Amino acid sequence: MTGVLRATAQVCQAASCLAVGSEQVLQALAGRVERSGLADVVVKRVGCLGLCAAGPLVRIGPTGALFERVSPEGTGGLVAALRDATSTATPVSPLAPFFARQVRVVTENSGRIDPENLNDYVASGGYQALRTALTSMTPAEVIEQVRRSGLRGRGGAGYPTGLKWLTVAKSTGEGKYVICNADEGDPGAFMDRCVLESDPHRVLEGMAIAGYAVGASKGYVYCRAEYPLAVARLRTAIRQARQAGLLGVDLAETPCGFDIEVRLGAGAFVCGEETALIASVEGKRGTPRPRPPYPAAAGLWGQPTLINNVETFANVPTIIRRGGEWLARMGTEKSRGTKVFALAGRVVNVGLVEVPMGISLREVVYDIGGGVVDGRSLKAVQTGGASGGCIPAEYLDVPLDYESLTAIGSMMGSGGMIVMDDTVCMVDVARYFMDFCREESCGKCVPCRVGTTQLHMLLTRIADGDATLTDLARLQRLCGTVQRTSLCGLGQAAPNPVVSTLRYFRDEYLAHIEDRTCPAGVCPVAQRKVVP
Amino acid sequence: MTRPRLATVWLDGCSGCHMSFLDLDERLIEIGERADLVYSPLVDVKAYPAGVDVCLVEGAVASEEDLTKIRVIRERTRVLVSFGDCAVTSNVPGMRNSIGVGPLLERAYLDNATLNQQVPSEVVPKLLPKAMPVHAVVDVDVFLPGCPPSADLIYAALDDLLAGRRPDLSRRARFGS
Amino acid sequence: MTTVHTLTIDGAEVAAADGQTVLEVAREHGIDIPTLCHLEGLSDVGACRLCLVEVGGSGKLVAACVTRVEEGMEVTAHSELLAEHRRTIVEMLFLERNHICSVCVANNHCKLQDIAQDLGVDHLDLPAVNPDVGVDASHALFAVDHNRCIMCTRCVRVCDEIEGAHTWDVMGRGLAARVVTDLGTPWGTSPTCTSCGKCVQVCPTGALFEKGRSVAEGAKHRRPFLPHLRLIRDEGPRS
Repeated sequence: MTGVLRATAQVCQAASCLAVGSEQVLQALAGRVERSGLADVVVKRVGCLGLCAAGPLVRIGPTGALFERVSPEGTGGLVAALRDATSTATPVSPLAPFFARQVRVVTENSGRIDPENLNDYVASGGYQALRTALTSMTPAEVIEQVRRSGLRGRGGAGYPTGLKWLTVAKSTGEGKYVICNADEGDPGAFMDRCVLESDPHRVLEGMAIAGYAVGASKGYVYCRAEYPLAVARLRTAIRQARQAGLLGVDLAETPCGFDIEVRLGAGAFVCGEETALIASVEGKRGTPRPRPPYPAAAGLWGQPTLINNVETFANVPTIIRRGGEWLARMGTEKSRGTKVFALAGRVVNVGLVEVPMGISLREVVYDIGGGVVDGRSLKAVQTGGASGGCIPAEYLDVPLDYESLTAIGSMMGSGGMIVMDDTVCMVDVARYFMDFCREESCGKCVPCRVGTTQLHMLLTRIADGDATLTDLARLQRLCGTVQRTSLCGLGQAAPNPVVSTLRYFRDEYLAHIEDRTCPAGVCPVAQRKVVP
Repeated sequence: MTRPRLATVWLDGCSGCHMSFLDLDERLIEIGERADLVYSPLVDVKAYPAGVDVCLVEGAVASEEDLTKIRVIRERTRVLVSFGDCAVTSNVPGMRNSIGVGPLLERAYLDNATLNQQVPSEVVPKLLPKAMPVHAVVDVDVFLPGCPPSADLIYAALDDLLAGRRPDLSRRARFGS
Repeated sequence: MTTVHTLTIDGAEVAAADGQTVLEVAREHGIDIPTLCHLEGLSDVGACRLCLVEVGGSGKLVAACVTRVEEGMEVTAHSELLAEHRRTIVEMLFLERNHICSVCVANNHCKLQDIAQDLGVDHLDLPAVNPDVGVDASHALFAVDHNRCIMCTRCVRVCDEIEGAHTWDVMGRGLAARVVTDLGTPWGTSPTCTSCGKCVQVCPTGALFEKGRSVAEGAKHRRPFLPHLRLIRDEGPRS
């Protein structure tokens, strides 16, 4: 290409837009642009543009105009927009608040660069952080920056990342490992998928920096097989990085080596639990084992192992490039930086959002999310997936940080956020999540294997209108035992959706039991004929 | 002082618990002196009377007839005892629970019959979808597990119950045996 | 030289060698903690959750079989709360499959039955699953009745760790998890099974049993034999 590039058409090629035909849009638009003779315009494949439910999405640079639900036939208007686009034009987007209130760190390149093009990533500052770390920082200095950033594990538990790195760095073993947990499985969660599909090199760079910091030369990305596009882009990225000397031996012309392999999960939610994940990488049955020993001391093949989630690693290049303090300036005192959320359910703007920690749920749902669909009233927001809880409308002003969410009976979790309106029955929601946990229990420990099924049976009894108040007492007693006695986090957190709905929506349970009605008209009891 | 009114009931069980009750042997005389046996398969009373103090219920709740009976019994009884494993866990009658009523009756009355192959629809009470322990249907006051509970255990329980005490048999009684 | 730790279990001061588990130390001092998946001589998996104890005032429950002693540890092995959890877990085991003690080959020789009695489980209050599970009687000497299996995986571990055959393993997940021989093929056709019978001996319930024996003859593992086998293997034959 010659001359100055005046405008770009960024066509989303992440899974949700691809599912509604964005590949055909890309081809049609490229054809039209070529035929129209616009030489200073480029049509580009990019990752997630955020507003997933409105795809296929196309954004026109530099104006920022976003086109929703584009069809191959409808690309003519895009050509006109490209022709008129000038760099001086004011950005126009009908959904300005959706973007304006977001702060992009992890997703800074998402929707801007071509996820299958290493040069694009490098041009936006990619792999600078790795070079800086390898050539002008000691491993201890790298860990210190991560520690100063205040970054905490984005997989859900919120363990301080710097401390984890330090523990692995101090552990001794024959060889250490770095594992990226990309086994995202919570219902309604798709943050990690979007990051991997939109900016895979960022994750690899974060892992390589981690490898240098803790003294590991081998890394694994454990990604669920249900994410074929993420896996393909990861593999492409690994190949490109190896060819460019950014993975493998002698990284970036230094004596340090680090290589990464992709391992696929075979469809088990429990493999997101770190000890089950390690067993699965080792080729064993993916079941958790009691901790301690923690993976930082004895993990993969019994060696010290650093396990972080996709989003955690994706923060690392920015921390090294801009300094730990830069990230620490965002968020709250105990929860620094940003968090990516997958906004879904009965909300107008369904999609991927990145916001500073400490923002209120109200801002996310109403300002960014555009409120509840059909103007209905909001009943609850579910965060933390199957391990999380339902937050009722009265807590909408609670800041989104680890401690505040735990205090109101939910959790940050990996970032799933499901908005529920008054058409939703909370007993039905609890039953749905319990069905999920029952299906996903590995079966190793008794309370999770049997207890989740029995909880589901009791919830079904309530939904069917066959329950008594004794059953409600049984439900609560059983929740307590499953929480307190299960072996791993899956079982310990499985009752959370029941406990939180019982806490905030007990009247709905009582309506099912005492009045034999489902106020939202969702449960089977609503269909029961009333015997006069 | 009036003597406590004692009843025993036989639902879906093998009567083994009642046999074990008879194994009280000479202690039966003592029980007979301490209580009035107002209803039982062992005496000739047709209807379950009102105002029963203690009732031992043998057997699972497996048919519509059992269901009707146990509700009346609960209504007319002060202390209801689940007597033996069938009443406590549904035990052997519950072994059909994973099979389903339809296939069960077909197997019993069609596949395994050589004469008059037909599923009975009269006289025989209609089976419930599952054989249930008594406490799944009505509130139970005392559990006396065992298949059957030994005569000594039955005596220990009755000794307390007839004296108006709540027996604690939990660490003496066991399922099976 | 071994380091010795002092700790308390249910208020009693006890001494323990470094590396010992809370369960080992408790049993050495006559403090009984119920277990099902643990068996001396096999690796521990912490799966049955019956040996959960409370450490310190943390309120956190840990499995005694996999928790190493620490200096100054304050262990609560018995409390009303722990008893309540243990009873609920036993209840779950009875309701998960079809345990009919009265007609079980292990009646009166069963760890689950004993523990239920010890803990005072006199009835089952939670919903019963009543699954349709099978019996594999294809082996000439032994049979497996999945109705009685509690998934303690003792058979899996003894077969792998002591016999070295690894005939047994676990297949399926959640409630559908089953112990299987050779990737789920009939036991009788197993080319790896040595018919040693160790799995039958370590099975705590009537899930694995010897054919052709009456219930009264069905007693198993009267004496622990695994520690002896371990010792022989570790030290070799005496010359």
